[in-house]
Amino acid sequence: MTAIDLHGVSHWYGNVVAVNDVTMTIGPGVTGLLGPNGAGKSTLLHLMAGFLEPSRGELTVGGAPAWRRPDVYTVLGLVTEGESAYTFLTGAEFVRASARLHRLPDPAAAARRAIGLVDLVGPMDRRISTYSKGMRQRIRVAAALVHDPGVLLLDEPFNGMDPRQRLHMMDLLRRLGTGGRTIVFSSHILEEVAEVAGTIQVMVAGRLAASGDFRAIRRLMTSRPHVFVVRSGDDRRLATALIGRPAVRGVELTPDGLQVQASDYGAFSLDITRLARDEGIRLRELLPADESLESVFAYLVAS
Amino acid sequence: MLNPAIASITLRAALGRRRALLYAIPSLILVGVSAILRLTSPSDPSWPAYILGTFGFSVVLPLTALIIGTSVLGAEVDDGSVIHVLATPVPRRVIVTTKFVVAAVATMVFAAVPELLAGLIAGQTRLALGLFAGALAAAVVYNALFVSLSTATSRALVAGLTYVVLWEGVLANVVGGARILSVSHYGLAVAGAIAPGHALRPGVGLVAACVLGAVITAGTLAAAVRRLGSFTLRGETA
Repeated sequence: MTAIDLHGVSHWYGNVVAVNDVTMTIGPGVTGLLGPNGAGKSTLLHLMAGFLEPSRGELTVGGAPAWRRPDVYTVLGLVTEGESAYTFLTGAEFVRASARLHRLPDPAAAARRAIGLVDLVGPMDRRISTYSKGMRQRIRVAAALVHDPGVLLLDEPFNGMDPRQRLHMMDLLRRLGTGGRTIVFSSHILEEVAEVAGTIQVMVAGRLAASGDFRAIRRLMTSRPHVFVVRSGDDRRLATALIGRPAVRGVELTPDGLQVQASDYGAFSLDITRLARDEGIRLRELLPADESLESVFAYLVAS
Repeated sequence: MLNPAIASITLRAALGRRRALLYAIPSLILVGVSAILRLTSPSDPSWPAYILGTFGFSVVLPLTALIIGTSVLGAEVDDGSVIHVLATPVPRRVIVTTKFVVAAVATMVFAAVPELLAGLIAGQTRLALGLFAGALAAAVVYNALFVSLSTATSRALVAGLTYVVLWEGVLANVVGGARILSVSHYGLAVAGAIAPGHALRPGVGLVAACVLGAVITAGTLAAAVRRLGSFTLRGETA
């Protein structure tokens, strides 16, 4: 059981603060690091992986600092963003090389096991240069897993994958997480994180904005106030009915339809369909007006 | 001290591509020119020192070392694949030493051996052996310098070329004192000690060359180990 502990960790580049006073403990299971681009997710992962020095604060992996301590890689595996790999090697050679670098007693067997985990046994004797993006990502995961580390860090592992590859990677992370490993991955897509992670750490603008069980965060996200644009067969009558609902805070009649301020995203979405049916009003359009990730995150920071 | 897995990956990266042809071009020119001169003016004893000494040690050898030395580690740093080696418990000292040894040996094969061949073609065995020894020594120092340079800057090739062309090519010829920090003159000093009287004109004495060469090799490699030990990945906000 290897845990990652951060205590008041900050990192800045020049005078740009990338990570600001983050305190968290990450234990076994899958943890999703969620946040918009530029929130400091990669910086945080690089700090955990020992490839960046905390400007302030303390960071330990398995009880010892990660920075300038190559020994940490006996218990830690890292999959960086992008596709870097020795593409002139075959998948099997690449993972075996990784096993030899970790001085494993039986590199070939360890490589076979890791390649089996990521389901690449079939194409393992092909050169990596012939692999698809998803296969490359998986062989890199295999190389990072070959020494069976207690901690696996992945930076945006789903980037650029097609839906099938994405499902495959999600399944892999879930399986790895159930084995008592500490898996941390970053993503800017809520659905990906909610799908895989048991615990979510939300980063916004370098700060830890929310943290905890994904159901709690999901609840926070669905009960957030929201603006919808509604067009219907009879806007004025719908407005009258809507204002009587507890989930509605305000309604404005505009030439383009109704602008509805809902206090609860989830409750309103259910309410309006029921209301329209009961009143016999035909709903033509229901659009969330500010459904940007940033606005969702901004709300999480405020709460 | 050396890691076989890193050595084998480095060798395959270096030799597996068409780049290996690039390494060979300067040496092929050297051997070719020597063969032509040998055939056209077999009785002139002065050209081998000039072609193999001056051209060989100030162009062929440093350029070959530059291309190889800056790529063995620099190429991986540039494309990010170095992380697959760094995210392992292999001591940084071993990584740097392995890269350096592979680069030095490759430079010996692609530049020192051709010096020997060209010297033998010229028909002067003692000179050939001297140049060979000098080239071996210079290959060691050059590669320590260039491998280290590639951990300090992503423009190691340009920086190295500036050193070879401006410092060694121009300044060392104009200002005698500059030769004391010229790796090619260290090589010539070794060659001159083995094959005296061949007009190789090294700018430093043998002892000074050996001491300075050893200090530069050890110092630049130590700096490379230190820099690799604090290798950082830049994040999204960088």
